[in-house]
Amino acid sequence: MTPTIAILLIITFLLSTVGLLLLIWSIANNQFSYGQSAARTIFSPGEEGHSEDPALADKPDFTGDTSAQASAIKARWTADQSSRTAVLTWLSSAVFWLILGSFFGLVTSLKMHLPEFLVSSEFLTFGRVRPVHLNAVTYGWASMAGIGVALFLIPRLFKTALAGGKYAVSGAFIWNIGLVLGLVAITLGYSDGEEWLEFPWQIDILFVFGGALCAIPLLLTAANRQVEHLYVTSWYLMAALVWFPILFLIANLPFTFPGASGATVNWWFAHNVLGLWVTPIGIGIAYYMIPKILGRPIISYQLSLIGFWSLALFYSQVGIHHLVGGPIPTWLVTLSIVHSVMMSIPVITVAINHHGTMMGNFKRLKDSPTLRFVWIGALMYTASSLQGSMEALRSINVITHFTHYTVAHAHLGMYAFLSFILFGAVYFIMPRLTNWEWPWRRLISLHFWLVSIGILIYFVSLTVGGWLQGTALLDAEMPFMDIVRMTLPALEGRTIGGALMTLGHIVFAFHFVALLMRRGAGNEQPTLFRPAVKEPTQ
Amino acid sequence: MKRALAIMVGAALILLLATLTLVVMPYLQMSAEQIPPDLKPYTEKQQRGRQLYIANGCVYCHSQQPRDPSFAPGDRDRGWGRPSVPGDYAYDQPHLLGTMRTGPDLFNVGARLPSIDWQLLHLYNPRTVHEDSIMPSYPFLFRHVEEAAEGDKVVYPREPYAPESGQIVATEDALALAEYMLALDHTYPAPTLPKSDEPKE
Ligand code: HEC
Ligand code: HEM
Ligand code: HEM
Repeated sequence: MTPTIAILLIITFLLSTVGLLLLIWSIANNQFSYGQSAARTIFSPGEEGHSEDPALADKPDFTGDTSAQASAIKARWTADQSSRTAVLTWLSSAVFWLILGSFFGLVTSLKMHLPEFLVSSEFLTFGRVRPVHLNAVTYGWASMAGIGVALFLIPRLFKTALAGGKYAVSGAFIWNIGLVLGLVAITLGYSDGEEWLEFPWQIDILFVFGGALCAIPLLLTAANRQVEHLYVTSWYLMAALVWFPILFLIANLPFTFPGASGATVNWWFAHNVLGLWVTPIGIGIAYYMIPKILGRPIISYQLSLIGFWSLALFYSQVGIHHLVGGPIPTWLVTLSIVHSVMMSIPVITVAINHHGTMMGNFKRLKDSPTLRFVWIGALMYTASSLQGSMEALRSINVITHFTHYTVAHAHLGMYAFLSFILFGAVYFIMPRLTNWEWPWRRLISLHFWLVSIGILIYFVSLTVGGWLQGTALLDAEMPFMDIVRMTLPALEGRTIGGALMTLGHIVFAFHFVALLMRRGAGNEQPTLFRPAVKEPTQ
Repeated sequence: MKRALAIMVGAALILLLATLTLVVMPYLQMSAEQIPPDLKPYTEKQQRGRQLYIANGCVYCHSQQPRDPSFAPGDRDRGWGRPSVPGDYAYDQPHLLGTMRTGPDLFNVGARLPSIDWQLLHLYNPRTVHEDSIMPSYPFLFRHVEEAAEGDKVVYPREPYAPESGQIVATEDALALAEYMLALDHTYPAPTLPKSDEPKE
């Protein structure tokens, strides 16, 4: 035991040294002394105090009081237009994969309580439909929508036109080809066999390549940037775009890691996809959207930077909490549990900033579709992460590990947090890119209520069912078949919730296509939740 | 640009460190682990069955990793076997530890249910064995024939799961998968398991 403890100490020491060096570097480079003024870099001159929400305006858009201000707004419009083709390509693909992934999710869910549903074809057996769902929603919907929103934000954050947008467009094509090939491979039975890494590694090369093509416009645009300070959103986006290709490459190195050490690499990767890829994208978007819609900067810029570096340090080490109690060295599990608990530091700093900025502005949730989706998403980030930190503790994990409770947590994170923020961002972005407003206000409401009620039912039924299942599994007096019968109501509840979510996605996709086809009233008035507020706009 | 690069390099560096702790070091430690002398490599047929286990996603409902009884006593008391150690997985490529127990742990299913007829029947339709099972049937691993030929492996599902007429015959795939199930037997002693029963933390 002594050598491993020594190793553990060395690691912790190394880590904190690196953390310290980074902090010193940040201070030396005046990252901190910018203070609150840095939080204002996302506003055009004179814009602070004015809300920007293309899907909301009880006040009309701010167009500048002086000619200097007006030209800054005009420059932003030009920046938005520069990313148009690239963003539309990524977002439209994402919406397609969302619909496909939802249907596969629904079929998976039905199969879990109707085991004779669609069993005759090997291509639709549970064990193939489920990974198709996971990969379609993770790499299709969440990743592609995330990259699309990032491509939209990059020119805005750097206040310059997107350079090299065509690389991002070809990246989207390659990414889509990778998805089609990968999902077909799973359906035909050529899975690589590890969760989150089911796509055959030969196909995964396409994703590394497609992702790298998106780094080119990022670097080119960063080189042209017109702002002195990098706003915190750009930190998250840049880091995520660096992390993903490295992760994907190492995890796919074929035939390197056998047996139990293969499991550690598997979960190191899977959690990093969540923690170092989709999470920074989601948080970064919220860091932009919330202040922008409220027209007020985030309350503490220093905190946001601490949150960023502590996320990088702690999140990268938590992967092994997926193997608590598994056949791997104890120090490794302990290391990940400690970091899982430490994750509350970045989570709380982010929460203070997101929710603190909202303080006193909650009434805005009534009209602004973007704010409603994004803020609820941010709230669910706080909730799912605090839940996750608890779930990593040995005493809780021993109950929840192998149960549906994990699946409920997974959807609280991937859906109520990430997908909600992405929905909000899409509602913000599309009118800006197409210069056309959302055609039907009620459809946004309908989408919101369907998916909110859906995920609520989904989460509650699986959390309760999973917990009961977990306690029963520990008690060998309870026959296994009794546990199977006991979980059936939870699984049926999930199907109801999931069906509502899928319906919501159909509404969303329909509205998205209608906007692209320029249905509705055009761009006279931005779309609101409440018709009453529409009247006074002359 | 300098600052943008610095952030990206910093981010990459942190990830590199995490890779060192969570990928390289465990690999070094675990690959030095002793392989239990009684663990047999998979035969070609068992390996083929394992491939079918992967292709049909049994891993999404079944784990293969009993936990320590001092941590989770239910695992031992349900007869799922002693806690597994890294050496037990020496021939597993890729690993199939699993994270769900919608169905029972299968690390020792070969010792628990050693009859190939049971395994085939259960695969053909789990409800022939447990009325309320939610495990899917795998009819595509079987052929429906009028009359089984010489050497065919016939399964005999009970009413009402039996076909109206003719017989159900296992394909090579079904046989391979069942063979793999029987190969999941890790009841031999593990040399690296701590001898004492006292709880470790
Ligand atoms: C939807 C989840 C699910 C999937 C997928 C699944 N199983 Fe099962 N499995 C169960 C459940 C539930 C049970 C317990 C009830 C029963 O015995 O049918 C079970 C039981 C078993 C048993 C008996 C274990 C025991 O100790 O009684 C074996 C063997 C088995 N499954 C093998 C497989 C194989 C092989 C596959 C893949 C081809 C597979 N299972 C796929 C859910 C699943
Ligand atoms: C501090 C933050 C978090 C911690 C400590 C944490 C911890 C955990 C733990 C302990 C598990 C259960 C593993 C198991 O028992 O099998 C888990 C599963 C999961 N978490 Fe989190 N979580 C956090 C935040 C998030 C967020 C923000 C998301 C979504 C973006 C997320 C998505 C998931 C998913 C998808 C799974 C299921 C993985 C699988 O089994 O396939 N988590 N998490
Ligand atoms: C549309 C409604 C949806 C339904 C009905 C649904 C249903 C399901 C089902 C049945 C599973 C398998 C659980 C199991 O094997 O026990 C699953 C897993 C998963 N789904 Fe969904 N899902 C939906 C939407 C989404 C979305 C939009 C996302 C992400 C953006 C998502 C992310 C995941 C993840 C990460 C897992 C793996 C969880 C784990 O391994 O623990 N799902 N889903």
